[in-house]
Amino acid sequence: MYTVSSRLRTFSIALIIIGLFGIGYGFITAPKTVDDVKEMMHSAEDSHGATTHNEEKATDAHAMQSAEDHGSSEVSEGHGDEASHYEHVLSQAQNRPWTAIYIPMIFFLLISVCALVFYAIQRAASAGWSPVLFRVMEGVTGYIVIGSVIILVFLAASAMHANHMFAWMFKSSDPTAANFDFAMETKEWWLNVPWFLIRSVIYVLIWIGFRHLILKNARLQEETGDMKYFKKSFKFSVIFLVMFLASELFMAFDWLMSIDYHWFSQLYSFYVFASMFVSAITVIALVTIYLRAKGLLPQVNDSHIHDLAKYMFAFSIFWTYLWYAQFMLQWYANIPEEAAYFHPRLIGDYQPLFMGMVILNFVFPILILMNSDYKRIPWFVVFAGIIILVGHYLDVFVMVSPGTVGNHWSFGIPEIGALLFFAGLFILVVFSSLAKKPLEIKKDPFIKESEIFHY
Amino acid sequence: MMGHYEAPIREPIITGDKSYHDVTLDVVAPIEGKANKSWYIAFTIALVAFLWGVGAIIYTIGTGIGVWGLNNRINWAWDITNFVWWVGIGHAGTLISAVLLLFRQKWRMGINRSAEAMTIFAVFQAGLFPLIHMGRIWNGFYTLPVPNPLGSLWVNFNSPLLWDVFAISTYLSVSLVFWWTGLLPDFAMIRDRATKPFQKKIYSLVSFGWSGRAKDWQRFEEVSLVLAGLATPLVLSVHTIVSFDFATSVIPGWHSTVYPPYFVAGAVFSGFAMVQTLLLIMRKVSNLEDYITRVHVENMNKVILVTGGIVTVAYLSELFVGWYTGSSYEDFVYLSVGAATGPYWWAFWSLIMCVAVIPQFFWIKKIRTNYIWTFIISIFINIGMWFERFDIIVINLSRGHLPSSWTMFSPTFVDIGIFVGTLGFFFVLFLLYARTFPVIAQAEVKSILKSSGNNYKRERDNPTAKKEEV
Repeated sequence: MYTVSSRLRTFSIALIIIGLFGIGYGFITAPKTVDDVKEMMHSAEDSHGATTHNEEKATDAHAMQSAEDHGSSEVSEGHGDEASHYEHVLSQAQNRPWTAIYIPMIFFLLISVCALVFYAIQRAASAGWSPVLFRVMEGVTGYIVIGSVIILVFLAASAMHANHMFAWMFKSSDPTAANFDFAMETKEWWLNVPWFLIRSVIYVLIWIGFRHLILKNARLQEETGDMKYFKKSFKFSVIFLVMFLASELFMAFDWLMSIDYHWFSQLYSFYVFASMFVSAITVIALVTIYLRAKGLLPQVNDSHIHDLAKYMFAFSIFWTYLWYAQFMLQWYANIPEEAAYFHPRLIGDYQPLFMGMVILNFVFPILILMNSDYKRIPWFVVFAGIIILVGHYLDVFVMVSPGTVGNHWSFGIPEIGALLFFAGLFILVVFSSLAKKPLEIKKDPFIKESEIFHY
Repeated sequence: MMGHYEAPIREPIITGDKSYHDVTLDVVAPIEGKANKSWYIAFTIALVAFLWGVGAIIYTIGTGIGVWGLNNRINWAWDITNFVWWVGIGHAGTLISAVLLLFRQKWRMGINRSAEAMTIFAVFQAGLFPLIHMGRIWNGFYTLPVPNPLGSLWVNFNSPLLWDVFAISTYLSVSLVFWWTGLLPDFAMIRDRATKPFQKKIYSLVSFGWSGRAKDWQRFEEVSLVLAGLATPLVLSVHTIVSFDFATSVIPGWHSTVYPPYFVAGAVFSGFAMVQTLLLIMRKVSNLEDYITRVHVENMNKVILVTGGIVTVAYLSELFVGWYTGSSYEDFVYLSVGAATGPYWWAFWSLIMCVAVIPQFFWIKKIRTNYIWTFIISIFINIGMWFERFDIIVINLSRGHLPSSWTMFSPTFVDIGIFVGTLGFFFVLFLLYARTFPVIAQAEVKSILKSSGNNYKRERDNPTAKKEEV
């Protein structure tokens, strides 16, 4: 039986508290009025000296997205109008603390959900190597419930106009309204607040419900050793995978793609999945290596680590494949309504992040994890894993930020605070859920294969 | 790898109480025996179809592309449909031999040899179309970046059609090498058994002096693993590049970012269906029921379900985003209300039925494990996937941006003749293969005999199986 060490508990609680301060700081320092924005921009200019940072760049993300978006926003004058510009900058600046928490919020929740997907795949595939890792995977899925509740609260707050995260929530499909947006004429059937919230609840219920079913069934199997429960686990896993595929498709459209609501990509959900799936496998590997280093997983040998590292390697490449497919096709065709999405990312202010994450998510993993001897060295896998996690955090950052904070992004106290808060919460919840049951699973028909597994 | 222990609940994948020698005898039987009458009948039919296709190709090249049903607007139709269809068929072979090797799936060993052969023969057919659909096939070599007297006139590397040249040729060569490497121990086995001098000569030539030493085996396995690791991204990228032919364009319905993974999933889907079609016949006529068992068929059906599911979700994504864009041009693309009710409604519904609906019957275990039903459904999938490519190409081209260029397509007998010809050529090759090549990778099957043979499993399970015995 594993118990969360007091050091780990203190550490995670410390992260949460520090993170809370950072988040609070972000909300307190966010500008309240247009005057604050002007002052902020002037002081930024002073400190940056010659680099005229904000004002001169009319090509921020939203402006690129569409001129209509601007022209018909709160102030109905033209695009170049100064008042409307400051208004716009204000809403972006006010979005910053919200964006800062949304990114790690979605990052850790989807990691947890994808860990459940990985677990379900292992069960559905009758994998012989992984049963000794089942408990670790179950532990990582422990964050699903609390993570889901947090995100639902966040989305409800957004729906009540607490922030400008989802710009379409402020638009109308009525041509006579001041906030009319032509895009909403065709998208309102999908992008409307009640239906959006109902869908969000449905996604979350699917994940929580299946986690509950699969884990409860696994516990019954361990207690009784009855093959009936083993077969049921298989069934639940398969049904979950089907349900997940469908729910994830629309979840990614809703929670991420609708931030840049003028833009669309058919591949988007698959891309989000690849990003979060590789992160989930990485987290499973990191937790396994941590617990094994403490001597708590005696059945886990280097071959298991090797297999996990292979998955990290393979899905890093898979992520890159989808990243490239989505980017290259829109870059190649260069159709304006699609290219606007990649403009701030490829040649705008997000370029270092956009390119940097490809190096972190592809170049490093492929070089580090190519050698099969290296994949058996725990610290090496940890090193690669941290790079992968940083890279995919940036991936979510680049998905969300351009549509919410525009070119005024920075990585400061609000972002670090939010990241620490959610990391602390994730660690605390995951390890507490690991402490609830023994780490060794019993009476699984494949457990012996897994214990003697050698590659 | 996993040693010889296997969980008792795993089903045997070699039945019939085989010994090593039995495996050898079963594999060489078609090679050492004589072809029967039905083989000759099948071969003749395939040959006639092939020759008919050759005639149609010669007629096309001699007269011009105008003998096909293409028109100004729909300038790709059966040619590229068949090209993508055949490339797609080929993908299952690499998936079975490479991806399933990486995933340590032992059941692949009964089917990988024939699946790889199918890949290679299918890629042959696919490779014909990029050549014969050219208006000036004799200038085809200009697609290669070779120094030349025209001021070193070079190719433009921006075109996905050029990427196709590299993708298909690389794919064919790597698959061929991968396949042939695996054949070495099996050819050597036939060589060692051969009694006729001619046969001995041929099989010694093709087995490259394989003697099966420990060092050879060690390197053999390493090479297989490396090639599997290379073939996996290759198989993904090849059909991705094929999908780029469409997705890089600005034609409504073609320009879609989901094409790369969706084409790959569709390729595996249709490829597995073709493997089913072929192997269900082969296991019967070549008496290989003990190696291609119900477990193999069921597992392949599961792969068909998974990839079919991915394809269906990609349809959903396409359909959804089509509405979501609000673009009026998306109303007539191949997955739209316009297509469902337009002049190509029959092609649209064939696609939906054969790809998205009929394979769902595999959720039912009774159907999934039934050879006849599997055979029937696999044929439907092959038809459906042909329609998928036809719909993507023809429906999208038939109603583009300008209504003044809306048009219809109908194939001529030459279009059809060439397709029939490739089917014939494919079966000519496959039938010859089935009589001269070891259709089961005997060396690999022997390596799992003691862990997955039913007799060995029975022996091992008996002492402890008192409780589990039904």
